[in-house]
Amino acid sequence: MEATGMDNRRMAQMLLQIQQLEFTALELNLFLDTHPDDQQALAMFNKVHQDLMQCIRNYEQFCGPLLNFGFSPALQNTWKWAELPWPWELKY
Amino acid sequence: MWIYEKKLQIPVRVSGPNPRLAKEVLTQYGGPEGELSASLRYLNMRYSMPTSRAKAVLTDIGTEELAHMEIVGTVVYKLLEGASIEAIKAAGLDGHYATHDSALFWSDPNGVPWTAAYVSATGDPVADLHENLAAEQKARAVYENLICLSDDPCVTDVLRYLREREVVHFQRFGETLMQVQECMSQKRFY
Repeated sequence: MEATGMDNRRMAQMLLQIQQLEFTALELNLFLDTHPDDQQALAMFNKVHQDLMQCIRNYEQFCGPLLNFGFSPALQNTWKWAELPWPWELKY
Repeated sequence: MWIYEKKLQIPVRVSGPNPRLAKEVLTQYGGPEGELSASLRYLNMRYSMPTSRAKAVLTDIGTEELAHMEIVGTVVYKLLEGASIEAIKAAGLDGHYATHDSALFWSDPNGVPWTAAYVSATGDPVADLHENLAAEQKARAVYENLICLSDDPCVTDVLRYLREREVVHFQRFGETLMQVQECMSQKRFY
């Protein structure tokens, strides 16, 4: 089953939140690679990590797995991993 | 080990089919300063780095470059989606179409295929980190050329984002170079 227009919008919206948080985490990650003792950056990284994990869990509930190889659960009664639109196919 | 995350790093939209712009953006897919060159250069260079921090920076930036390769691939894919044969011919993309249809391929806009010769690895950490600094500046310059060429504001947004990332990577590689030089000037006891 293809995601409907409404599902697609909701999915894109949930992904946007994940994209924003993950970008913040990535930036802090690169910064920490060269500034490993920056306590403020470490605290921000851990805060963003928590928010990011929460958003990913919500996405997995509503849409399906975000990650492969066991890093996302299969919460639906079918293998949603293959079914959800691929990143280059997603319509916004 | 890498895990796939079924999303792009940023949302990618295009205003409509635009084979001319697809042809130009292709340079950041399979051209000399493109994202394939960048990701492979950094991930390959990790093995000969002297410090753990340098290995971390190369792993993390190399991984982000793989995500950028997927963004560039998506831009090209979406710009070709629904393009007519007439538009493909008018854009000078008929040579690509003859061999690849609308498939992506590792080449620059003139059809020159990607080669490992775009990537340097001397095994000398100072020389290799300078290579990375130069690579980030060259990629920034190419994104600025593409921004000048772009007539699609949605694609321009993506190009501006990718340009900005090169600036951040340059900064991190600069810090890494200083730390590696410091480490190498200290380790002289046997």
